[in-house]
Amino acid sequence: MPEAPLPTTAATAPMLEAIGVSRVFDVSRPWLQRVLAREGRLGLRAVDTVSFAIPRASTLSLVGESGCGKSTIARLSVGLLAPSGGEIRFEGQSLSVARAQAALRRRMNMIFQDPFASLNPRWRVRDIVAEPLRAFGLVHGTAERTARVAALLAQVGLAPSDGDRYPHEFSGGQRQRISIARALASEPEFLVCDEPTSALDVSVQAQILNLMRDLQERLGLTFLFISHNLAVVRHMSDRLGVMYLGRIVEIGPAETVFRTPRHPYTRLLLEAIPDLAMVGRARTPVGGEVPSPIDPPSGCAFHPRCKLANARCREEKPEQVAAGDVLVACHAVAEGRA
Amino acid sequence: MRMEPGTAVAETTTAGRRAGWRDSDLWYSFSHSPLAIGSATVGLICVLGALGAPWIAPHDPFNVASLSLLDSFKVPLHSWSYPLGTDEQGRDMLSAIMYGGRVSLAVGAASVLFAVVLGVAVGLVAGYAGGPVDAVLMRAADVQLTFPAILMALLVDGVVGAIVPRERHEAVQFYVIVFAIGISRWPQFARTVRGSTLVERGKDYVAAARVIGIGRLRILFGHILPNVLGPVLVIGTLTLGLAILDEATLSFLGVGLPPTEPSLGTLIRIGDDFLFSGQWWVTVFPGVALVLLVLSINLLGDWLRDALNPRLR
Repeated sequence: MPEAPLPTTAATAPMLEAIGVSRVFDVSRPWLQRVLAREGRLGLRAVDTVSFAIPRASTLSLVGESGCGKSTIARLSVGLLAPSGGEIRFEGQSLSVARAQAALRRRMNMIFQDPFASLNPRWRVRDIVAEPLRAFGLVHGTAERTARVAALLAQVGLAPSDGDRYPHEFSGGQRQRISIARALASEPEFLVCDEPTSALDVSVQAQILNLMRDLQERLGLTFLFISHNLAVVRHMSDRLGVMYLGRIVEIGPAETVFRTPRHPYTRLLLEAIPDLAMVGRARTPVGGEVPSPIDPPSGCAFHPRCKLANARCREEKPEQVAAGDVLVACHAVAEGRA
Repeated sequence: MRMEPGTAVAETTTAGRRAGWRDSDLWYSFSHSPLAIGSATVGLICVLGALGAPWIAPHDPFNVASLSLLDSFKVPLHSWSYPLGTDEQGRDMLSAIMYGGRVSLAVGAASVLFAVVLGVAVGLVAGYAGGPVDAVLMRAADVQLTFPAILMALLVDGVVGAIVPRERHEAVQFYVIVFAIGISRWPQFARTVRGSTLVERGKDYVAAARVIGIGRLRILFGHILPNVLGPVLVIGTLTLGLAILDEATLSFLGVGLPPTEPSLGTLIRIGDDFLFSGQWWVTVFPGVALVLLVLSINLLGDWLRDALNPRLR
């Protein structure tokens, strides 16, 4: 995507940058039980030293199985959660500093997975869409607000009169449109989309994805796109990161990763995509389950499920190494075994 | 994509909204429940009779000039002027009951309001803040729950009686009773609201508000409060019946409202003295009025609970 040459450093810095970000959740039992059982605190490392950068007007997608930390990264990226380690930068500034300023906070927003939970059931749609407008004082007076809400609803293919209704009067796809209208109300530049289509029917998914791409092109939006659906990801992304148990195991240009996957886990995932040309042929199922992040395997977290694993994989955590324009965290790739 | 924005369904006119109320599930459930209609009718008659007492009561029981001892202990239906008979001072029982119901309702409503405001606020804060704040507030509620309303009322009454000078006693008695009943009834609201708040605060619409930097108080009162009020309405209705009974009990025991402002409970207590001398109507009719009022409120509350429960629809 062509990038407009802008002079300031803030403008040339990536929209969002994560530098060695970790997040540990406290999953210990209550204090009294812990004391009685003489055990320590228990931490769940949902995100483990993850780094990525999202250039302006581009889309980075993160994929992975349930529980791999995708949604935690989404929440970290808009400041709903604070990182336990590392730093997230928004336009070159630390995210917590950026979020303290309304002018910068206005420029990021989030679209949630479940459109049945992300809209307040007691609010009329026009109030839901107008909330960011009010919060940032972007419109003055009822007439201007009404006009702006109508324009936002029209932008996502809803009628202005829909603003008088309540969320429960809409279908899932329409609700997700309302979510998008709300997310766009403050004219953000950076949108985190946490599985925005996984709760929708397949026929509606494409509509929503096309709408989002269309809006991205028109408004120059930057997306962090979280999904477990590889077909959706291919449709959306410029860059693709594959996550496994809190770590990014492979990250690079989306087409390269799709065409020449390097990490054994990425290969497994891509092989599992349903494909008309593959009907009737035997497939290698993704064996085993994601191990518990409370007690992750030693060394490379993927080694219990990996065909290429050897002694080194069981002991040493692989660092990301460059393989072409893709970064891969795998000993087998680094050693040239894969 | 919706291509016809002007379809009839999408139009929401004033007429459409009124029809929408007629079409609502709650109205359907109400109009199809004879019990709900019956109790609403009885309750409405009680409430209107009580609230409208100064205008529609046949006599003014507090106007000493209109009382005559010659009219004392008239038997019910003896004359049309005194349909429910008179008490020992010649007061019309029907009028006394209407005025008494007014006092009972006022005490009940005020104490429920007090309990709702306190309980909802505590529940919201405890549920949203979590951690030690939650623990402290909820243990306080647990302690409160171990005191029955009567004990609490006697305690507050005793303390206030000791602090406030005797001549001001009658003036503050209303507030003492309201406080005593309200304070013993708030934990139920707090617990319910805390539970719902715990559920609501984890929902994504709260996260969506936090992303754009909406403050805690506005999230609490603008977003979460409207979503936790359903159960409060049900418990509030049921508690209104209980609060009226609490007040009647206290007045019957003599720690309630002063005889210058008799509630239904006071009337029952006064009439109790004449039960064995044959003037049963002086105590029975206020009692019947109390039963009708509380029963209709409770039945309405029960219906509301079922009607608002999505799993029972």
